[in-house]
Amino acid sequence: MRHKRHRFGRRAREAMLGYALVLPSLLVFGAFIFYPFVKNFWLALYRTPPFPNLPRAWVGFSQYREVLTSHLFTNSFRVTIEFVLLTVPAGIVLGLALAVLAHQRMRGIAIYRTIFSSTVVTSVAVASLISLTLLNPQIGLLNYWLGRHGSLSPLDDPKWALVAVAGVTIWQNLGLSFIIMSAGLQAVPDELLEASRVDGAGTWSRFRNVTLPMLSPTLFFATIVGSILAFHSFGQIDLLTEGGPQDRTNVLVYAIYRTVFRENDDGKAAVLAVALFAVTLVLTMLQLRFLERRVSYER
Amino acid sequence: MSAEPATVAGALAPGFARFLMVVAALVAAAIVFAVVGWRARPSIAARARKINRYILLSVLAVIVLFPIFITVVNSLLPSDKIAARPPTLFPTHPLWGAYSQAWTQGHVGSYLFNSCVVTFFIVGGQLVTSILAAYAFAFLEFPFKRVIFVVFLATLMVPFEVVFFTNLQTVVSLGRVPLVGRFMGLDTYGALVIPFLATGFGAFLVRQAFLAVPRDLRDAAELDGFGHFRFMWRIAVPLARPTIAALGLFSFFDAWNQYLWPLVVTDKTRTVQVGLRQLSRVSLDQINVTFAGTVLAAVPLLILLLVFQKQLVRGLTAGAVKG
Repeated sequence: MRHKRHRFGRRAREAMLGYALVLPSLLVFGAFIFYPFVKNFWLALYRTPPFPNLPRAWVGFSQYREVLTSHLFTNSFRVTIEFVLLTVPAGIVLGLALAVLAHQRMRGIAIYRTIFSSTVVTSVAVASLISLTLLNPQIGLLNYWLGRHGSLSPLDDPKWALVAVAGVTIWQNLGLSFIIMSAGLQAVPDELLEASRVDGAGTWSRFRNVTLPMLSPTLFFATIVGSILAFHSFGQIDLLTEGGPQDRTNVLVYAIYRTVFRENDDGKAAVLAVALFAVTLVLTMLQLRFLERRVSYER
Repeated sequence: MSAEPATVAGALAPGFARFLMVVAALVAAAIVFAVVGWRARPSIAARARKINRYILLSVLAVIVLFPIFITVVNSLLPSDKIAARPPTLFPTHPLWGAYSQAWTQGHVGSYLFNSCVVTFFIVGGQLVTSILAAYAFAFLEFPFKRVIFVVFLATLMVPFEVVFFTNLQTVVSLGRVPLVGRFMGLDTYGALVIPFLATGFGAFLVRQAFLAVPRDLRDAAELDGFGHFRFMWRIAVPLARPTIAALGLFSFFDAWNQYLWPLVVTDKTRTVQVGLRQLSRVSLDQINVTFAGTVLAAVPLLILLLVFQKQLVRGLTAGAVKG
């Protein structure tokens, strides 16, 4: 009897400790993730008044229809998709190429590895500032070498602005891509490659039939995380183009930012934010699936 | 897609043509080495292939490093020389004045200080909350544990970019509350730090590491009269150290590189990333200060990369490679 009561008390105490340990995180999540998330849906149903202090007018789902069919949204959505397609595949291929080249026992290879990972020290802001000056029409060296000295910077050219921003982004993320791909390559067992070499497979066929399949989880992860990052790009747009020229680089996050700060329209911004959430939801679900798979590997 | 190719080629500046020639020469040398390597006897062939590899790696290294290199060079030149053509690629008389100017007049010193404070508290906070929550998920039994764990994972599905302006409204209204507003309103460290004190990803990562701690250890510790906290700090955390270090570095990068949030909640308490935005708007005769500021902003992460390269790789690839 006594023993049983002791056990019960212990279990209750364990439960209390458990709640106490998760509570700090839950408080932060509640205040800065779940509350604003729910508030977004609520804001999206009301029209923001033209002047502050006036009451919000309930407009229901008509605001969704209005915003989602507007040029602002369709343009931003298209630009964002284009940006993802410009940056993600190229970033992965380049990172993989560098990783394959640097993946061998050679004297001094560590120096090359450090150089190839070096762009991880450049934040979005640092990378943007570097390229902003490189592409400056008066002093930009890259602009000069591209034969555009004194004329329009690619960043101000509607035809090239998005490509230029994508190029900066690819360069900035190259270090990360290289590091991820190198780690993936290191996980490919040498015996497997040795075995296929003994079987007479050439370099290319070894890469295609052994390395690439073994690398597929890494490639999958890089594609998803890269796409999520690209969907949420903001800093480089803000620093390099401010969404211009002619909205050619006005990605979704930048459109939200502008709607909030230039138009003071949080109702409209909320619809855009809900849309951004919806398009990235699929990607995050895939990422969670991947993390789950990792769980099953380990347990 | 491209502009008229003829005019683009025709307009190629002499500098770029020279650059192309150097690259072409290197590629040609590489091809020669490749052919020699293929024809010659194995030992020479192997050596030639090796030289070939080095040339290729070096060319790529130069291309990757060039933007950083030219930024450092330009930060050491007077403004009028930066615009001069052909460009100066090696400063013969480096001037360090731009750095002190960036540090004081450009406020890079105080921006860096702000970034350090904010990053320190975010990383520390995330490690503590993640370890505590992970311990509960890995070692304790309590009702609704699964549900709460799913709630933690659900936070991964809400990107900060989706909620930043609603959070901004929260911060603005908290700023109006007496007392609370002093450390949680606009332009405060609290506003920069508190929303990021916990992460579902971190809790998940540490939980995985804790689950790998053998159950026997827990039982043995219990027999020795270890309470939960003693077991956590003495056994579980040390065993999970590689994961925790990786998480710390990951958080550091995330916190240090934040841009959107500091931009919207601060005006004077700028972090270095947003501070650079101000530096990008100086006039061209001050442009060497911009270059110097950019270099200064990259130094902390550069040190981190050089000192913690191994852990950093783990941190940045956390979740990418199984096991």
